[in-house]
Amino acid sequence: MVQDLLHSSPGLANFGIFFLLATVLLLVILGFVTYGILAERKVLGFMQGRYGPNHLGGRWGLLQTVSDVLKLLLKEDIIPKAADRPLFIIAPVIAFAPSFMVMATIPLTDNLQFADLGIGLLYYVAISGMSVVGFLLGGWASNNKFSLLGGMRAASQMISYEIPLVMSVLGIILLTGSLNLNEIVAAQEGVWFILLQPVAFVVFFIAAVAELNRVPFDLAEAENELVAGFHTEYSGFRWAMFMLAEYVYMFAMASLITVVFLGGWLPLPFLGFIPGAVWFALKFSLVVYILIWFRATFPRIRADKLIEFAWKVLLPVALANIFLTALIKELLELF
Amino acid sequence: MELLNVYQNNYLIVFVFLCLGILLPVVALFAAKLLRPPYKAIESKYTTYESGMEPFHDARVQFNVRYYVFALMFVIFDVETVFLYPWAVAYEKLGIFALIEMLIFVVMLLIGLIYAWKKKVLKWI
Repeated sequence: MVQDLLHSSPGLANFGIFFLLATVLLLVILGFVTYGILAERKVLGFMQGRYGPNHLGGRWGLLQTVSDVLKLLLKEDIIPKAADRPLFIIAPVIAFAPSFMVMATIPLTDNLQFADLGIGLLYYVAISGMSVVGFLLGGWASNNKFSLLGGMRAASQMISYEIPLVMSVLGIILLTGSLNLNEIVAAQEGVWFILLQPVAFVVFFIAAVAELNRVPFDLAEAENELVAGFHTEYSGFRWAMFMLAEYVYMFAMASLITVVFLGGWLPLPFLGFIPGAVWFALKFSLVVYILIWFRATFPRIRADKLIEFAWKVLLPVALANIFLTALIKELLELF
Repeated sequence: MELLNVYQNNYLIVFVFLCLGILLPVVALFAAKLLRPPYKAIESKYTTYESGMEPFHDARVQFNVRYYVFALMFVIFDVETVFLYPWAVAYEKLGIFALIEMLIFVVMLLIGLIYAWKKKVLKWI
């Protein structure tokens, strides 16, 4: 049915149907965010030898995040007098919208995908780079010293780590000869790219954690130096939008890592009878778990080391990886 | 014609995602406005937070020039990736000659990076 729809000429009816389907995806993602936050708190609790949320919604604290969201809806909505009002209001929207837009192109299973773009990977990188504008605007509009510093840090960190992030996947593009995410998965039929491109994977993963502003690299909102970074002045649901953007990015980035490096929905050998969706969910959960694990184990990196690491270590390594891949590919063709 | 339709539909989906991405914050903020009880915040809540002190000055001061330098470096290397992406996609057809060409291009930019490195631009103080 969806195939017929894709082949029909685009119009308002198509728009409506896509809108409904995308709303379903949005609800799924919101569900993930709700329980992703709970999982994060539970896993952190487990790793630190405590219980984590265990009061609301039974022993597992299943309603903890739901009630958090309800609480946020009821909060006072405060915009500081000194803030730049229009920018202050628009910043969370700019931060959130790209985080959901990137989900349009990610294939979840072989027939569950929204937009099959020819330039899928480039689209992801290009759109996800726009969120930083929201962070910077939020920090600037608040007219608060902590916010401004946080926004500046977020901007410099995210642009610095975007370079290695973008460069590390070039090795994979060399191997597949396509930017389309479906073709990238199809190229992993034999061996997953994590085995063919381990260096690219390590660089990509580190850069991804930095892009997500997660713990070893969470300088933009380092609570013990900057109060809360760029969202110090935000309250209620405006603040929730920044948090939501962060977790939707976590969803998108974990999906992207699954698709690009872990073979997406492709099964392990001899286990092909398990449906692709289950495989995708398993690999996806593993990536999310590792991201949470990072949070529990790594101390925050220092601000000067952070930027230097991107330019002096990750960038040369990523560049070397590209040319090594191209050379090996060339040599393999010779023999 | 068929392919054009598929192409257009794919980007229509992207547009739908953009609409939803903007709509969700708008709807959520509107819902919050309806749901929350009426309140009258005290005056001091409308000041910016400065760890308990009276906030002074405007926060928008001149920022450190280093941020600007990193932005410049970002532009240089981002443009480089713009060239690298099509090269990587078409590499199968281009072969060894394109590899050498690209090596020369990247080495030139690397010299720039090493220069910045030696000039201590990459050092964050």
